[in-house]
Amino acid sequence: MSLDTFIDLVYLLAAIGFILALKGLGSPKYARNGNLLAAGAAAVAVGMTFAYPSVRTHSLNLILTLVAMVIGATIAVPAARKVKMTAMPQMVAIFNGVGGGAAALISIVVFLIEAPAKPAVYRIAEVLFGVLVGCVSFAGSAIAFAKLQELMTGRPVTYPAQQVINAVVAVAIVGLAVGTLVTGSVPLLVATALLSLVLGVIFVLPIGGADVPVLISLLNSFTGLAVAASGFTLNNNLLIIAGTLVGASGILLTRMMSKAMGRSLANVLFSAFGSVVTAGGGADGTGETRTVRSGTPEDIGVLLAYARKVVIIPGYGLAVAQAQHTARELADLLMERGVEVFYAIHPVAGRMPGHMNVLLAEANVPYDELKEMDEANPEMATADVALVVGANDTVNPAAKNTPGSPIYGMPIINADEAENIVFLKRSMRPGFAGIDNDLLFDDKTTLLFGDAKDTLTKLVAAVKSA
Amino acid sequence: MSTGILEFLTVFVLAAFVGIEVINAVPSILHTPLMSGSNAIHGIVLVGTILIMGEAHGAVQITLAFLAVLLATLNIVGGFVVTDRMLEMFKAKPAERPAKDATPSDESGGDR
Repeated sequence: MSLDTFIDLVYLLAAIGFILALKGLGSPKYARNGNLLAAGAAAVAVGMTFAYPSVRTHSLNLILTLVAMVIGATIAVPAARKVKMTAMPQMVAIFNGVGGGAAALISIVVFLIEAPAKPAVYRIAEVLFGVLVGCVSFAGSAIAFAKLQELMTGRPVTYPAQQVINAVVAVAIVGLAVGTLVTGSVPLLVATALLSLVLGVIFVLPIGGADVPVLISLLNSFTGLAVAASGFTLNNNLLIIAGTLVGASGILLTRMMSKAMGRSLANVLFSAFGSVVTAGGGADGTGETRTVRSGTPEDIGVLLAYARKVVIIPGYGLAVAQAQHTARELADLLMERGVEVFYAIHPVAGRMPGHMNVLLAEANVPYDELKEMDEANPEMATADVALVVGANDTVNPAAKNTPGSPIYGMPIINADEAENIVFLKRSMRPGFAGIDNDLLFDDKTTLLFGDAKDTLTKLVAAVKSA
Repeated sequence: MSTGILEFLTVFVLAAFVGIEVINAVPSILHTPLMSGSNAIHGIVLVGTILIMGEAHGAVQITLAFLAVLLATLNIVGGFVVTDRMLEMFKAKPAERPAKDATPSDESGGDR
């Protein structure tokens, strides 16, 4: 067996490992093993790659490869280890973006190597696809990171003639791409790459913070496709399989997520969410004249302590306050008193689907106390208290009742059906989607302002003395 | 068009179907780890960057390839570590409820 055949066989095994790993990641029982399997498969495949004589021909190149890998690992391991669970989404965004960047760079270098010999049109097409998709993913992920890290506003960014500018950039990219295809010119390819970066930025800017999770999933899928394109340019089946697996499953995951928000993917990406939000912001003035009822921790503690059934509805506010442990403490305390308690988890609570589950799992909340939205909603009408901790949009009845609202049609947790509603909120500021919540003004609603961890700690004390 | 590209296209199409089939029934609690895990898997682009570095000549190509290896390493290493950290929390269902004093909750100053 030749060396090349042997390497290909090892790559095949790695590809099988990836498929099994993805399958494992879909079940709670095997997920961790699945990830370890994928990591092992990747390590073997990367190690095997050094068996190619071409990789070792130039010792300078080999040394640079190893240096780059060491630097990369030295940055990545501590970053991934130290990141807070709440900052997980932007970490995934950035790791995804650099993957897209790497794929685009591969395509560019292949083109630089082959350009003097005027490559076949389909070769150039492969390169163009990798460059375009990789650059969009890189720049888009960077903006998504900035939005989630709050380096820039999470609101949709709109500016005059946005549609026109987008159209001009898109047309220019198509023109440059065709030009590159015909001429095989390096400057044209570089221009395509730069403009693709611009496209990535302007594609993500108008997408509101609440929709960023869907976006990250989509960009993850894009990077997969860019990697598959690199596989085509390098004639490497492993990259094609791994990239395509991620590309296909990522698109499916993206669709599941937009479905959870009751909207089509096109609607998430291209709806003028921005303009509607500004209208909602303007309505704030009328909102402030309405009265809300705020309660003391003691009042609410008594309400909770003597309830029969309490549903905790956690949102991002719980996550930023790192209050998941305190929430569990409160739940445990209530359960000791014989109160029935469960957590109702909206599919997009937090900032990525399943994000809230991860956070609560960190606080050792048992699975059986977590109920998905569909399972929780039928029980809401019989709940004595819906305790909304740092959530807003996911319980906003406007999604059911106000056809003009930007979140109209999004499934929500029916907190409004509970006997009493308690909001733990930092302020009257609207949620991530930037719209008012009528539920705050409801007669059944009591508000307790403050950092979620502080207010929960006060509630724990109040319940203890109740 | 060479037959080579056709073979690769075949692999591509089949992999696309496998990708869709394999994650068809994922409970939503695992969506985040799944996204993160698949993010790590496309980090295998590192293999491609190593190969391209072997072919690179001249300062421009080598610099770009160096950057590519660096970025791909960030993707693959960071991706797997982050995913493992997430999944660590899903390990073994907590059999018995840990005592309530296990939660450090009294440090004030958590407010920002």
